[in-house]
Amino acid sequence: MAPLLEVRDLRTQFHTDDGTVQAVDSVSFTVDKGQVLGIVGESGCGKSVTCLTIMGLNDPRLSMSSGEVLYKGENLLTASSRRLREIRGAEIAMIFQDPMTSLNPVHSIGRQLAEAVLLHKDSSKKEARARALEMLEAVKIPRADRRIDDYPHQFSGGMRQRVMIAMALINNPDIVIADEPTTALDVTTQAQILLLLKELQRDFGSAIIMITHDLGVVAETADDVLVMYSARIVERGATDSIFKQPRHPYTWGLMGSLPRLDVNVDRLVQIPGQPPSLLRPPPGCRFHPRCPYAMTVCHEKEPPSVAVPGDPEHEDACHLDAAAKQREARQLLGAIYETEAAR
Amino acid sequence: MFRYLIRRLLWAIVLFVAVSFVTYVIFFLVPANPARLAAGQSATPEKVEEVKEFLGLDDPIYVQYANFLKRLVFEGSLGQSFLTRQSVNSEIMRAAPITASLVFGGMIFVLLMAIPIGIFSALRPRSLLDRAAMMYVLIGISLPSFWIGLMLSYLVGYRLGLTPIAGYCEVFSVPEASQCGGVLDWAYHLILPWTTLGLVIAGTYVRFVRAEVMETMTQDYVRTARAKGAPENVVMRSHVLRNAMLPVVTMVGMDIGLLLGGAIFIEAVFGLNGLGGTAIESIGRFDLPVLQGVVLFGAIAIIVFTLFVDLLYAWIDPRIRLT
Repeated sequence: MAPLLEVRDLRTQFHTDDGTVQAVDSVSFTVDKGQVLGIVGESGCGKSVTCLTIMGLNDPRLSMSSGEVLYKGENLLTASSRRLREIRGAEIAMIFQDPMTSLNPVHSIGRQLAEAVLLHKDSSKKEARARALEMLEAVKIPRADRRIDDYPHQFSGGMRQRVMIAMALINNPDIVIADEPTTALDVTTQAQILLLLKELQRDFGSAIIMITHDLGVVAETADDVLVMYSARIVERGATDSIFKQPRHPYTWGLMGSLPRLDVNVDRLVQIPGQPPSLLRPPPGCRFHPRCPYAMTVCHEKEPPSVAVPGDPEHEDACHLDAAAKQREARQLLGAIYETEAAR
Repeated sequence: MFRYLIRRLLWAIVLFVAVSFVTYVIFFLVPANPARLAAGQSATPEKVEEVKEFLGLDDPIYVQYANFLKRLVFEGSLGQSFLTRQSVNSEIMRAAPITASLVFGGMIFVLLMAIPIGIFSALRPRSLLDRAAMMYVLIGISLPSFWIGLMLSYLVGYRLGLTPIAGYCEVFSVPEASQCGGVLDWAYHLILPWTTLGLVIAGTYVRFVRAEVMETMTQDYVRTARAKGAPENVVMRSHVLRNAMLPVVTMVGMDIGLLLGGAIFIEAVFGLNGLGGTAIESIGRFDLPVLQGVVLFGAIAIIVFTLFVDLLYAWIDPRIRLT
């Protein structure tokens, strides 16, 4: 069966005063019906832009995209803006990072939810409102019938994110893109929102693309993971496989820098340096300036994406040989498990 | 809401008293003798003394001020002109509609011009239209209103003969001797003053609207609206403009209040004997009651429009609560 969404060799450039920024560089992946795909990476690695490109929400005057974004076989990059509008919000919906600013302050949330219905369905205002109320109840807003006419400023951050989720799901979309949906929330609220998303994903059967910089969020929610670094995918695979057998030094860095309450570590491992500028990315492997394992070849040649022996779904792009990767990964994970055992 | 209004009203009264008192004091600090002016060039000193007593100018200043307030509160009268003995109320009633016609008409002109241009500039920054608009903004801000007024009057009124050069026509209660009257003549005579006021003020507004719209378009909720599948016109109308217009509403309200105190230069250029002209005339003649009347009218206009803007603001923006 053809995948629901297939992104092929997607490249997105932005024209800035300083030059052209390659924000997404030959990114390919697929999303199947009901699948949860996590995209992980640091700020500015291109994960959000990837999704905005899928939605056609980049400013057309400043950006250019090539490749293919096939949604049910239809290339969204070449679709008319009218067709894109039909898809946006109805078939592919999006949840944004900051619920405090993502809702219009001058309209009641009921109106904003109903607008999403009215834009796509030929229903009356009354029906749209009823649907809005239904969704507010589905995302567990207490006393939704009374709160439907309230304005965004009368809701807390967590509640607003629930409203955003309700808005995204209101038309039963096939795909929901969640762009760091929990980043702006405090930790307890984060857990609630993730749980809610998981529940709704099960009930509605939508596929979710979960963008995050938090491996913990991915571990909890995603079936598969893409690790992005500097506009490219450096590692991909099933979530289990990535957590059991991370292959790329960048993924190791991400895992090593996860703070853990259950393990006593003196210091978090950090990835030295800053992500490279996308204006002038380093030659060869883009991670080499920060990579403790960098070899001469890493400076010169871009590593190809290679499948892990025995796990064809799991790929990574690194020049290290398989044995070294296995050894280092084991050592890293071993270190984590040992401290755990020692405790 | 009700308590808010009461409080605002009390504040208005305090402000009103303060403004009127300050005008009084300033007037008396100026070393001049209004009685002498009122009595005329050839009046004898005795006659001047008589006039002084008649006008109540020999009382101490606080007594005069108290009398003024008493008359205002109990009779609703601003007194009579020192010189013409005309009631100040009727003088204001005559002049205010002229200034109001100029200000409201001019403001409509400003908004009709500034809002569309500002929005288009914001939508197409750096385009030809945007650059032309910004050029115009610079000119509008830099040139003085009387110069623009005189130029328009000369070119359009005198050279092309398309409009009257100056003057005002009543809409209602047209005087017998007047050669013109009615809405058409009224508007015809005000075309140039409106245009002048519009050209002078619109520049600032274009820039303001442009900045507000551009700022609002980068807001996350605008992206949310697009992500919902809203077409651009809905995004613009329902999500951008309503938010972008909030500060513009404030500015319009404040400016109307301010201009109602007298758009002096424009009134002078076009021979409109509105509040601005009346104020200048009364200053020249040390006619305190008339000056006081204009100042208080201006103060009230500002107070009323500020309050109006605040109420309007609360209505447009649900985040604002009047408490």
